[in-house]
Amino acid sequence: MKNNPPKRPLQFLRWFCREDYLDEIEGDLTEVFIKQAETHPRKAKWKFAWSVIKYFRPEFLKSFKNHQPNAYGMYKSYFKIGWRNLVRNNGYSVINIGGLAIGMAVAMFIGLWVNDEISFNKNHTNYADIAQVRYSNFDQSTHTTGGSDGVPLPMGAVLKDTYKQNFKHVLMAWWLGDYSLTAGENQLTAKGEFIEPEVIDMLSLKMLRGSNHALADPHSIILSQTLAETIFGATDPINKTLRIDNNFDVKVTGVYEDLPRNSKFGEVHFFSPWDLWVSANNWIKDSANDWNNSSFNIYIQKHPHVSYEGIDNAIKDIYYKPVARADINHKKVALLYPMSQWHLYSEFKDGRPAGGRITFVWLFGTVGFFVLFLACINFMNLSTARSEKRAKEVGIRKAIGSAKEALIFQFLIESFLVVLLAFVLTLILVTISFPWFNELAGKKLSIPFTNPIFWLASLTFVTLTGFLAGLYPSFYLSTFQPVKVLKGAIRVGRFASLPRKVLVVVQFTVSVVLIIGTILVYQQIQYASNRPIGYNREGLLTLPINDPGYKGKPDVIKNELLNTGVVEDMALSSNTMTKSNRHLSGFNWPGKDPEKEASFNCVDVSYGFGKMVGWQIIAGRDFSEALSTDSTTIIINETAATYLNLKNPIGEFITTRGGQSLQIVGVVKDMVMDSPYEPVKRGIYFLDKNYVAARQIIIKINPTVSAAEALPEIEAIFKKIVPSASFDYKFVDDLYANKFSQEQRIGKLATFFAILAIFISCLGLIGLASFIAEQRTKEIGVRKILGATVTNLWQMLCKDFVTLIMISCLIATPIAYSLMNGWLQKYTYRTEISWWVFVATALGTFCITLLTISYQAVKAARMNPVNSLKSE
Amino acid sequence: MTQHSLGEFEELVLLMVAALHDEAYGVVILEGLEEKLKKKVNISAVHVALKRIEDKGFVKSRMGGITEDRGGRRKKFYVITALGKRMLDAQYDLRNSIYKQIPKISFG
Repeated sequence: MKNNPPKRPLQFLRWFCREDYLDEIEGDLTEVFIKQAETHPRKAKWKFAWSVIKYFRPEFLKSFKNHQPNAYGMYKSYFKIGWRNLVRNNGYSVINIGGLAIGMAVAMFIGLWVNDEISFNKNHTNYADIAQVRYSNFDQSTHTTGGSDGVPLPMGAVLKDTYKQNFKHVLMAWWLGDYSLTAGENQLTAKGEFIEPEVIDMLSLKMLRGSNHALADPHSIILSQTLAETIFGATDPINKTLRIDNNFDVKVTGVYEDLPRNSKFGEVHFFSPWDLWVSANNWIKDSANDWNNSSFNIYIQKHPHVSYEGIDNAIKDIYYKPVARADINHKKVALLYPMSQWHLYSEFKDGRPAGGRITFVWLFGTVGFFVLFLACINFMNLSTARSEKRAKEVGIRKAIGSAKEALIFQFLIESFLVVLLAFVLTLILVTISFPWFNELAGKKLSIPFTNPIFWLASLTFVTLTGFLAGLYPSFYLSTFQPVKVLKGAIRVGRFASLPRKVLVVVQFTVSVVLIIGTILVYQQIQYASNRPIGYNREGLLTLPINDPGYKGKPDVIKNELLNTGVVEDMALSSNTMTKSNRHLSGFNWPGKDPEKEASFNCVDVSYGFGKMVGWQIIAGRDFSEALSTDSTTIIINETAATYLNLKNPIGEFITTRGGQSLQIVGVVKDMVMDSPYEPVKRGIYFLDKNYVAARQIIIKINPTVSAAEALPEIEAIFKKIVPSASFDYKFVDDLYANKFSQEQRIGKLATFFAILAIFISCLGLIGLASFIAEQRTKEIGVRKILGATVTNLWQMLCKDFVTLIMISCLIATPIAYSLMNGWLQKYTYRTEISWWVFVATALGTFCITLLTISYQAVKAARMNPVNSLKSE
Repeated sequence: MTQHSLGEFEELVLLMVAALHDEAYGVVILEGLEEKLKKKVNISAVHVALKRIEDKGFVKSRMGGITEDRGGRRKKFYVITALGKRMLDAQYDLRNSIYKQIPKISFG
């Protein structure tokens, strides 16, 4: 080692020195060095380095300018050859580019969708610090944990007082709701929120008019830009007066820039002060110290330096600390529900956020990836299959001196060419089908052409796809040995086509899993929508009592409506048929286990409600107008009857928290009011004789009259009797159908993906089948001459593929089963996974595959052997 | 043909190439020069001179075989060309003729 010249100067020399001088110079330098190193090793090294530096002069420098001679021409030829190959094999090219473009389009849609989902609410500056207060409670008797975002009013005061060091804002709020707004003659309905004035700061609303303190006055309102323009047009809205629900007047004090659609408050078009809502609703003042009335919302913005865990720990016992409250009989725990989870984690398990749309973000993300992956597999398969045709080219290129790297590069360039063409096609496809996708996904997205991040992502995407798709062919082709190739022996053995077979199996496995998944999603939707709902929703209309003008009028309205003949019946209720919103606790009944939770879903109904909606009484009787004592009677549903655990509930008494004794006179079959996938909540129906609690008017249209005929007449009567109210009706049928919209959407998207997956896979098969048929043309010719029939040949050509599909189905079945079983677990009311789904899918896939390849197979088999054999 | 000039060091190198006849390569030339001049010469100077006289056509070169003690690098051997020889002769004659004109003066 001692006698070796120093490395770095040597490297430097080799780097800069002209090739033709290097031998001489390096040799001489080394020789001198070795001689000197025998006596003065250190000095020799220095001398060597110094000499090297002395060589660093123009006459010894290599020319860096012409380092890669003719590189441009080479690249040009790559593109030219690539293009010629595409054009010559136009059939394959169409399959390749088309398949890839579809895969990329799907991936792009999904990418945009996922991006929209995960950026939900992120428009708010304080996104990371905003949360809603919830509670969770554990029910001793059923060992279940529930929870709600409705919290008691006094909790707000405690948070603002005892725990104030954690929060920047603690804001009391009412639920988001629809309100009618009247300005002069103009009346419309808009979603709004009554919340404390600091909301402007918390949600970082951009005030176009008015200040950040615009809600300081209790009789103020701030409008979104859209709403302001709808109501006031071009005129200045500031200081104009509006009337909310025909009940109280407010003055417009500000206009804020619309919030983006993908935000929880995106649908909200006005904010008004909480104090206004309190002053308009006397019962709220009575709840100021009531820890059992969980009817309010609290939003908080924490200080950035405090953690959610820290606050959760501090406030979890807020129901019992600092003041112990004996009247709260179940363990209630307060917790924060951060804004980052509002959208994606909207489902709760054991009182804590656990899943929701995040499942679909993952699901569709995975599916998108797989569809793209399938398209890439096609590309790989077709390229390697066609490699035989290009084997000679590779051989010649190698023989005349092309390096392996250069060949890899060439094939990668060809792959990029295809991907780029596919990308252009993708952009066209996506642009064309965007409206349709938006409708399907329920979004308002568009291609962000001006967004650099989009282009960056697309570029990455194209590079990655090009690389992924071109990887296998380029490495495979470039390993061909020129000698073998040129001699014509490239069939490297019986495992040569193994990777191709594996890819086909992977492709079909993914497709079959997707198909099974789709069928099961549809089955579940079908199952839930066929669930008996306990009442007849046909022809039922519901409209909110949102105007003081209704007071004392229901009977008049009813009479007038019945007189028209288009209405069969009318009744009033405390809530719509499709949502329960009053959960009262503190009930007591004989033999009640003291640990047992005693909250019920309470509905106040008028006489005739049950008969009108067609509830089914299974024991006892309906409320009767003839019996005046019925104001202290109740009807319970089946679930409640089971829960009360009374031998014969009819005639038993249960007492309210206030001590009022109520007699059970009837038991009705469960009516599905909330999620069709969940068990029905235990319910109590109270008779609301004087319409004290009525919030909804429910009308049943005469079945012999069409809705289109009936609606104008009904509206006319409402306008006549309560002219100030807006006729804001909804069909119960529609409301019920809305409950399925999420699943329906998933079902549609899943179908779409499954169809695409199988389509892309089949495209690949067409390519492969036609290629193999072409490859075996001579063999087929010989076989025909020796007497093979078309059927024989067809069988021969199909056999390989059918085996592959069979393997795919076998692999896909357990995967699909475990995936879908997991998905169904989250529904309490769910369909069974039956074996025939798997069998049907397998059969269907077989049929499609056979159809796809048969075309090619039969075409090849029917060819005249004379033609196929004479060509050489 | 333009008359090429010959620098002093170039002339020495050319002389050395001619003297070593067919055995002349970088290191031998260097050592020969160091011995005659009795001072250290840098190998790079020899190479530069060799390149220049080669460009002027006074020497021609050929590559030798690979020897192990040079890190696997080949030697480049230089031979004087006829032009080079003529140049040397001309230089020699020139100097000689001028030298002869020096009066016989004793310098003590």
